[in-house]
Amino acid sequence: MRRFVAALLLLLAVGVSVAHAQGQRIEAVRSPGGIEAWLVRDNSLPLLAIEFSWRGGSAQDPAGQEGLTALMADMLTQGAGTRDQQAFSAELENRSIALGFSAGLDTVQGSLRVLSRDKTLGISLLAEALGQPRFDSEQVERLRANVLASLSRDETSPETLARRAFARAAFGDHVYARPTRGTPETVKALATADMRAQLARLLARDNLVVAAVGDTTPEELGALLDRAFGGLPQAARLSPVAQVAIGGAGKTFVIPRPGSQTYALFGHQGVGRDDPDLFAATVVNYILGGGGFNSRLMLSVRERAGLTYGIGTGLAIFDAAALVQGSTSSDNRTLARALDMVRAEWAEMGKDGPTADELQGAKDFLTGSYPLQFDGSSRIARLMVGARLDGRGRDWFEERQRRVREVTLADAKRVAARLFDPARLLVVAVGEPAGLTASE
Amino acid sequence: MRRIAWVLAAFLAAAVPAHAQVFSPKTFELANGLQVVVVENHRAPVVVQMVWYKAGAADEVQGKSGIAHFLEHLMFKGTKDVPPGEFSRRVARLGGRDNAFTGWDYTAYFQNVASDRLESVMQLEADRMANLVLSEAEVTPERDVIVEERRQVVDQRPAAKLREQTSAALFVNHPYGRPIIGWEHEMQGLTRQDALDWYARWYAPNNAMLVIAGDVSAEAVRVLAERYYGPIPRKAIPQRVRAQEPPPLAARRVELRDPRVRQPSWSRSWLAPSHAAAFGGVGADQTDALDLAAELLGGAASSRLVRALVHDKSLATGIAASYDPTSLDPTSFTVSASPRPGVDVAALESAIEAVLRDTLAAGFGDAEVAQAKTRLADSAILVRDSAQAGARAFGAAFATGRDVAYVESWPARLAAVTTAQVNAALRAILSSEAHVTSVLLPKPGS
Repeated sequence: MRRFVAALLLLLAVGVSVAHAQGQRIEAVRSPGGIEAWLVRDNSLPLLAIEFSWRGGSAQDPAGQEGLTALMADMLTQGAGTRDQQAFSAELENRSIALGFSAGLDTVQGSLRVLSRDKTLGISLLAEALGQPRFDSEQVERLRANVLASLSRDETSPETLARRAFARAAFGDHVYARPTRGTPETVKALATADMRAQLARLLARDNLVVAAVGDTTPEELGALLDRAFGGLPQAARLSPVAQVAIGGAGKTFVIPRPGSQTYALFGHQGVGRDDPDLFAATVVNYILGGGGFNSRLMLSVRERAGLTYGIGTGLAIFDAAALVQGSTSSDNRTLARALDMVRAEWAEMGKDGPTADELQGAKDFLTGSYPLQFDGSSRIARLMVGARLDGRGRDWFEERQRRVREVTLADAKRVAARLFDPARLLVVAVGEPAGLTASE
Repeated sequence: MRRIAWVLAAFLAAAVPAHAQVFSPKTFELANGLQVVVVENHRAPVVVQMVWYKAGAADEVQGKSGIAHFLEHLMFKGTKDVPPGEFSRRVARLGGRDNAFTGWDYTAYFQNVASDRLESVMQLEADRMANLVLSEAEVTPERDVIVEERRQVVDQRPAAKLREQTSAALFVNHPYGRPIIGWEHEMQGLTRQDALDWYARWYAPNNAMLVIAGDVSAEAVRVLAERYYGPIPRKAIPQRVRAQEPPPLAARRVELRDPRVRQPSWSRSWLAPSHAAAFGGVGADQTDALDLAAELLGGAASSRLVRALVHDKSLATGIAASYDPTSLDPTSFTVSASPRPGVDVAALESAIEAVLRDTLAAGFGDAEVAQAKTRLADSAILVRDSAQAGARAFGAAFATGRDVAYVESWPARLAAVTTAQVNAALRAILSSEAHVTSVLLPKPGS
């Protein structure tokens, strides 16, 4: 099992029946209690990594309680069962156990990594964190103070200021517009009872997705999963999150901030994860701005004009929204020019699409670099969780490669025309940019 | 305390000998002096190539700050055979990721690729070790890029500006007091010739280490290294001569007030030995003890400073002690903290001083030292979970006056450290009052 990625790619090359062959690599485990997980066995090191997510994240914060899910997730490891914060964290630390939870927009995610000698202890700490978190008031107040301090630091962070303004303009009155860490007012008002209620509502068995990598067997893993998650409620009670189209098209916002440089975010509607054009969009995004030093934007704005240290774009895909979005920084005097170059590249890509050579380069990179992500047990487990959250099958890692390879030049041109429209770009600039006029 | 024996017993039972090596690399040297290290790790079909040069920002001549980092950028601008921009394009076509970084003691270049593509990136990297070609047309916009980089990573961030000023205060004579990226007015004056001179002076096989880590065999690497790096002639490499620090004599205080600061922060730094250079009566062979002291003082959730300031007294949202002995010349030992909202920085400072006084007076006990040693020993197992982590340890050791054997002996050295050594090292360094205190504050009225 040590070389599962290699095996996986070889299979691709020889065209063996993929799902079946790969079933032996990524094993589907169902615990006696009915918890399903994907497992990659690897006993080359004495450790086990388990990654897990629950559908439903900060977008489930009730109005006026923004920041609730995030604070709840942080609190789970601040003391549980008979161990107060000090005892709990000392147990993790002294046994080199990594256990943590965090909230995203659409999920709450968790991670456990233990040396083989401590599997039982690690799992029981995880079970206690989920089933008997203490929410000791001293610890709640400590973490609340940390969040308030970080929100206050964010008030002057160009990236955060831009992200928030962009979200407000793009998502309007949708829940995605709300700050996931909350505001000082909402965070001050969060009560322990609210956190307990949110925990009971969101972290259940029917919305749990688990994957594991490491030194274990399906039988052992099944028993460990039941111990860890068996005490959770059967069903989560999630509020539906309506799909939202990206708003703010064509608008420009300028947020004043002292300094010599301006940070800018720009973007508009993208494609969702189930869109048949997802991989053509991935390819054309790579060519325009996703390809690091080789993207059209990097070559024109950095390499030829020297206007920035970095510029890039990406597809941001959420459960209920999809964006193509980019960012850059430039001197206050040159930011407007950099944005003009962005618009020109955006328009050209929308009009003519990529060249055949660019398409081949993108496919070579996107398929060739894919194995590089599979470095580290927790990372591999996290990739499997991600695939399962996206509704993919166990052959996904091969299917994804095939779908990238199958993008034709005609697909790429058609999707570039569909995707890139400079007139729709929503721009948020934070700084003191010369010659950039706000539309609002 | 009663759990110590149990913890150690469990550790020894984990089928990992206490004095195991960390990465068990294979090493050899080419006739032209290039050191080669191969870390075989077959968990995934990927490999990283790194080339480390013993040349960093602290080797720059005065007035040319930033040239080491500037050359790092220019190394992507082409050779006789590879036109400008082509290097990264070819690596991307291979499905690789490539980048580079510059430190005070080294400059390093790396590519991550699928292991069947290693040969191509070795050919590319070897080519630019000797054949760099630079035109003014390439150099001029790239100088604007590094200036934008400085604005983005330093000028836009008050904490980064303060860090620069703190280093400049701590090192009164040694070039570690200069920013790696350079001072802007000197960066503006860097020329194509400066870059070519730097390249000619330091870039040679006998001043470099090639590290290959991942799904590859040492035998295969030897063949490829001979083929691509073997023909590059060695050069006469100058000694690394750096002005050294005089004994520090006075406490210094650096304060930055900035309207963009919303939450204050505080730190205090002392000069300290590196793993290659003694300082303040603490030998380079005592840096493992000092490393353990940093872990016990502020490196862990159960450490003295975290317990006292974050939990017992509720004065800080975070506090840490940091110490990295991986440098050629003496380095720094730093305690840094962020006050809780509403807590006065002066109150935080005196509470930290009180904990430091108590810790220096009483010292750490055997039990907590043993626990910290176990944690650090565990990290030698965990680091092997990533195929590529090892490459950095060997390159950094090489460029800072240590070798492969030193990296591999870490578990054994750690096991040999005594509680008395930990306490002696910490006292020797932190008893000095000639430290630099650094405070970041909001601008009044903003």
